[in-house]
Amino acid sequence: MQGRAKVKSQAMSRFEIVTREDFSDVTYLLEFHHPLMAKAARPGQFVIVMSHEHGERIPLTIADFDRNKGTITLVIQAVGKTTREMQQTCQVGTTLYGVVGPMGNPSHTSGAKKVVCVGGGLGVAPIYPQARAFKEGGAYVIGIVGFRTRDLVFWEDKFRACCDEFIVCTDDGSAGIKGLITDGIKLAIATHPDIDELVAIGPPVMMKACAAMTQPHNIKTVVCLNPIMVDGTGMCGGCRVRIGGQVKFACVDGPEFDGHQVDFDDLMLRLRRFKAEEKTALERWSESCRMKNEIETASLSRQSPAYSPDNLLSEPFALPDPFEEVKGG
Amino acid sequence: MAKKKTIRTIPQERAPVREQDPRERARNFKEVVYGFRLEDALHEAERCLLCPDPACVEGCPVSIDIPGFIQKISAKDLRGAYDVITGTNLLPAICGRVCPQESQCEGVCPVGEALEPVAIGRLERFIGDTAIAQGWTNIPYIEPSGFRIGIVGSGPAGMACAADMAKAGCDVTVYEAFHQAGGVLKYGIPDFRLPNAVIDAEIDNLRKLGVKFECNTLVGRLFTIEQMLAEMGFHAVFVGTGAGYPSLLGIPGDSLGGVLSANELLTRCNLMLAREFPSYDTPLPLGRHVAVIGSGNTAMDAMRVCLRLGAENVHCIYRRTKAESPARAEEIHHAEEEGIEFHWLTNPVEILDDGKGNVRGMRCIRMELGEPDESGRRRPVPVAGSEFEFTTDLVVFAIGTNANPIMGQTSKLKLNKRGYIETDANLATSMAGVFAGGDIVTGAATVIEAMGAGRKAARNMKAYLGLRDTDLPYLTDGRGSAGRLFGIDLRERNFARVRVAATANS
Repeated sequence: MQGRAKVKSQAMSRFEIVTREDFSDVTYLLEFHHPLMAKAARPGQFVIVMSHEHGERIPLTIADFDRNKGTITLVIQAVGKTTREMQQTCQVGTTLYGVVGPMGNPSHTSGAKKVVCVGGGLGVAPIYPQARAFKEGGAYVIGIVGFRTRDLVFWEDKFRACCDEFIVCTDDGSAGIKGLITDGIKLAIATHPDIDELVAIGPPVMMKACAAMTQPHNIKTVVCLNPIMVDGTGMCGGCRVRIGGQVKFACVDGPEFDGHQVDFDDLMLRLRRFKAEEKTALERWSESCRMKNEIETASLSRQSPAYSPDNLLSEPFALPDPFEEVKGG
Repeated sequence: MAKKKTIRTIPQERAPVREQDPRERARNFKEVVYGFRLEDALHEAERCLLCPDPACVEGCPVSIDIPGFIQKISAKDLRGAYDVITGTNLLPAICGRVCPQESQCEGVCPVGEALEPVAIGRLERFIGDTAIAQGWTNIPYIEPSGFRIGIVGSGPAGMACAADMAKAGCDVTVYEAFHQAGGVLKYGIPDFRLPNAVIDAEIDNLRKLGVKFECNTLVGRLFTIEQMLAEMGFHAVFVGTGAGYPSLLGIPGDSLGGVLSANELLTRCNLMLAREFPSYDTPLPLGRHVAVIGSGNTAMDAMRVCLRLGAENVHCIYRRTKAESPARAEEIHHAEEEGIEFHWLTNPVEILDDGKGNVRGMRCIRMELGEPDESGRRRPVPVAGSEFEFTTDLVVFAIGTNANPIMGQTSKLKLNKRGYIETDANLATSMAGVFAGGDIVTGAATVIEAMGAGRKAARNMKAYLGLRDTDLPYLTDGRGSAGRLFGIDLRERNFARVRVAATANS
């Protein structure tokens, strides 16, 4: 009976955030308590998070899971309304309104002897458990991750611990090699003619480029797709993608597919579906934040004569590229 | 008792139904059909002939004692009527609204042979709503049986099974993948047809019976059916996960922006409250000229939702005729009243791109009815050279659903060719102790059929566990309580071997 009671209390856990780490002003890590999910999670799976009662359901790929601590780790980029809001509200000790998962088919990480694991943008964190699983399976793992600049690099130590070779690519060359992820892949293919498999997670443009690079070399390429979802259980069909001419649902048929079969243009088109609404939501939210700041600062200003309304104008938001949108990663 | 009623002595006309004006309601999400007032209910109850061998009870998938509760209404004993209904159906406010009564109880009502049949559904709803307003619940004395039952899916099948198992003294836990319980009642059926408050009230009644609801739990992925039985201490499991997986159009242009399934549209609007965007964060595609493909109840819901979201015109594209349309008669009638434009015998051929990845229009072809097909309906065949284009900026497809693959992917349950769970006549699956019912067994059907399956599964689950069927003693008197033997009703199907759980008899 004790065992039963334990299972029950685990299922009841209220998704409490136990760790928060900020890698940069847009990238942050949340680790939340959910022992049952930590036990079930496998590399390649995702969760759907709802941060508050009025929130939307956003799919996020699991960046890490710790079965001993009973926690799940997510790495999130603040690009849209929901992810920016979560950046403000999700602190240690707070709870998420809802998290469901693990969802999707786990990736097949056994068999390959020499593997390249590629992560770019949002894909850097979720490629980590894959690299670790390949390593645990006895493969030779080449990790390639890309960042804009040195300050944005994170988890280098974690990657180095599970990769036999680790290549960091930065746009400005401030860390690792200068260039895009594809330059890193070129390097890996040049030095290792015997690569069995390449796994890529990141923005669709990046995954498309990766698949294009491996095709002439006939390297098996797995990509993790991140379309817009509602339920994540195969019910709405919002996440439908074209794989080799056939329509599949990323949530229940994926999220991983053969990169050489994916119609990336279709995926990118479908990711733009709510561009206008996303913009409205973000603008409205930024405005309400600005007004809130104004009220707070105005009340402060009674004590501070240096108050000037010009200081209050928040810097204009650069709207995110929808390809970078946090719809999975 | 008064003189026997005949078709001549009863009120000839049905009690009038009050509805929101079509022009007004097409712009709001408030309920379309108002409930009966007491005088309406009394009038309608008078129209029941109280047949000694009632066809309506036979016509009801859960065999509600319909003359029994109508008699109580006539006697102005509304609480009594509620007790009669809840003896078999714990969710009258829901069923009264969404059952296809015209093909069930009302369809076989003898009054209907000469006049309009008795408005059984509206009477049921009247009692259900009165109970919610008055806060009535029927919580029978339940002796714990010591059995633990897991239910996968909180839709109508799961709710009905949960209610019966809880009444049999089992410790019932219902798992739901969404963040709110209710399944298709919540995400699928819009508020103007079934208000969320009604669903929540009925779910609360289940909670009072001791049923636990665990949301945010995707069974199969978080834990499997096998784990529920082997590790989590469940003695039996019911799977009622629904059909889900929407069928796709498979015509050119079907992945353009502005093409979505009715499931997606309805979920965003009903469950995620995207109609309140941006107060709620979930966005919803809005169309000025909407085309909905299909003519079932889901299609009607999708069309009427689009209208309420501000569409200028909404078209229904269906390849057969109104006569073959699978929607409830009342839904088609309401949709017509609200100004939906129906295009019968029309089939989409291609969705047209505006050059920016969004829908600009649709090309359709006219159809005509040919020879009957396997379903007995005349097969629609295209009329050569009848293609035409029209402008639309939102295309919603409501052409049915396929089996959800998650259960098959994550358990060893035997599936049939089409991916639905295979069961025997008792709804037992290939795995001992696991029962299944509703859309995941039959394919897309109605709410009440799913409830009926949930109850049937519960009956057989009780047999499997060796529990006496507590279902029948809740039937009210009137059908002969004479056959009692040592306090045990003879009608109660008593199972030869009575297994008594450890905690029940310690």
